[in-house]
Amino acid sequence: MERPLTGHFKEDGSALTLAEYRAAGGYEALRKALTGMSADEVLEEVKAANLRGRGGAGFPTGVKWSLVPRGDDAPHPKYLVANADEMEPGAFKDRLLLERNPHLLLEGMILAAYAIGADVAYIFLRGEYVDPARILRRALAEAREAGLVGERILGSGFGLELHLHISGGRYICGEETALINALEGKRATPRAKPPFPQISGAWGRPTVVNNIETLCNVAPIVANGADWYRGLGIGEECGTKLFGVSGRVRRAGAWELPMGTPIRDIFEACAGGMQEGYRLRGFLPGGGSTDFLLPEHLDLPMTYESIGKAGSRMGTGTLIVLDDRTCPVGMVLNLERFFAQESCGWCTPCRDGLPWTRQLLEAIEGGTGRPEDLATLEEHCRFMGPGKTFCALAPGAMEPLQSALKFFREDFERHIEHRVCPYA
Amino acid sequence: MSQIFARDRGWSQAYLSDEERAEIEREAECYPRREGLCIEALRIVQQHRGWVSDDSVAAIADYLGVGAAEVEGVATFYNLIFREPVGRRVILLCNSVTCWMLGCETLRARIGYELGIDFGETTADGEFTLLPITCLGDCDHAPAALVGDRHHHDLDPDRLIAILRRHEEE
Repeated sequence: MERPLTGHFKEDGSALTLAEYRAAGGYEALRKALTGMSADEVLEEVKAANLRGRGGAGFPTGVKWSLVPRGDDAPHPKYLVANADEMEPGAFKDRLLLERNPHLLLEGMILAAYAIGADVAYIFLRGEYVDPARILRRALAEAREAGLVGERILGSGFGLELHLHISGGRYICGEETALINALEGKRATPRAKPPFPQISGAWGRPTVVNNIETLCNVAPIVANGADWYRGLGIGEECGTKLFGVSGRVRRAGAWELPMGTPIRDIFEACAGGMQEGYRLRGFLPGGGSTDFLLPEHLDLPMTYESIGKAGSRMGTGTLIVLDDRTCPVGMVLNLERFFAQESCGWCTPCRDGLPWTRQLLEAIEGGTGRPEDLATLEEHCRFMGPGKTFCALAPGAMEPLQSALKFFREDFERHIEHRVCPYA
Repeated sequence: MSQIFARDRGWSQAYLSDEERAEIEREAECYPRREGLCIEALRIVQQHRGWVSDDSVAAIADYLGVGAAEVEGVATFYNLIFREPVGRRVILLCNSVTCWMLGCETLRARIGYELGIDFGETTADGEFTLLPITCLGDCDHAPAALVGDRHHHDLDPDRLIAILRRHEEE
């Protein structure tokens, strides 16, 4: 099968240089677009490919771009931001793309900027990604030297400045409006929508924020066309996706597979199933802020719709596996500690509700939980559900909790009844 | 407010060095407004001074022409800006979900045994500070940690201690 995202990765694990990327056909999509396609044609191609945002929400990328004001009277400068703030617990797919093929991202960014008419682009990189930072700096210098970034790219009338922003570090920066505040040098609290960033984003100008994996799909789409891209997925699904598995499996890792690949193929054929002596109890299909699924869900295809119907989300597509020797209460406590710490503190339900949730779970895990705590936790799942908070952080935090309360109820009850963690 | 800070704490740290200013000015070319350089300035000052003192906050505020409270608000928001002194090398030990399942607490305990520090503490010789960090995005090679600006993965207690000893010798 074709693997447009990872197919050119080098065996030794190092990043493709500009020369190597070009030898593999790199920057030909950019040449094709700048010499023979209008901005609208690039946008229409991405729309027709039905590329959907790979950061977790799955919003159609072409539609997102089409909301940017266009034409001669559109406000400038416009901004494009590549969201490399990969901080979702259990997600490790964007790092792979940044470290192995940085020019695929840069070419995708330049094409996206061309499509929306952006003047300036930023890569918003989390501060902990020290190796990706080194690799991106080198790739940016190469691209600038070769006239791929700056004025009159490849001799065309299109120019783009491209900068690297290293984040100060906070999970909420992954939320696109919080990211924009961080880029402006402020505390990364989310902004109210509307206005949407496409109308009024960074410094009040039209801004598009796209995930790294999303942008890495753009050059292959422009090079090979929307029909080719749509054909890569299984059934109705379009393109490929990086899927990953971590936890007590034989071969943890990430693989590029057709969109719509059954979870069982990822878990068994790629990750090799559970390690000797461990049994699968459940898994989070798309990072720490998705609902648990059970072994009975392994035959579902990895699509936004099918995982949604099963009560969870495909999210980042990186599975976190819960084995039978790990305490589900402890696992959820670990996640809620993370979310409580990373709440930006802007709205009350999240700022106060998440630490409260964490305390209840600490009590249960520590053997001092009370039977009525379970009802309080369920109440929190409702109070911090979708639509009750300013952004999606708290609803995301409630997803593993509400599903654990449903699927692993007897574990919570045993902790409370025996006043001890049975897994300790 | 910033001048009060400066007088109270002495002059030495109250101004940005030429080098720090030059680095901030290089970043300034990437952003449309100076006040937006807050995070860059904090990172640059921290690189030079190890951490961000009250004086450093005041100096950045003065230099960028924004309020010290504004800079303080930004400095305390971000996980990687240190508002207290840290050791020469900071160990950022991932304690998110996969690393937790695969033994980061064992690593933490071993660091406690060997170096006598827990999260938020610095060794008596000022060499290492241990801090927890959110998911380092290396879950297929868990557990993982950053030591200074170097990323390490597939850690076990012995390997981690050997790595720390090597860092110490550099």
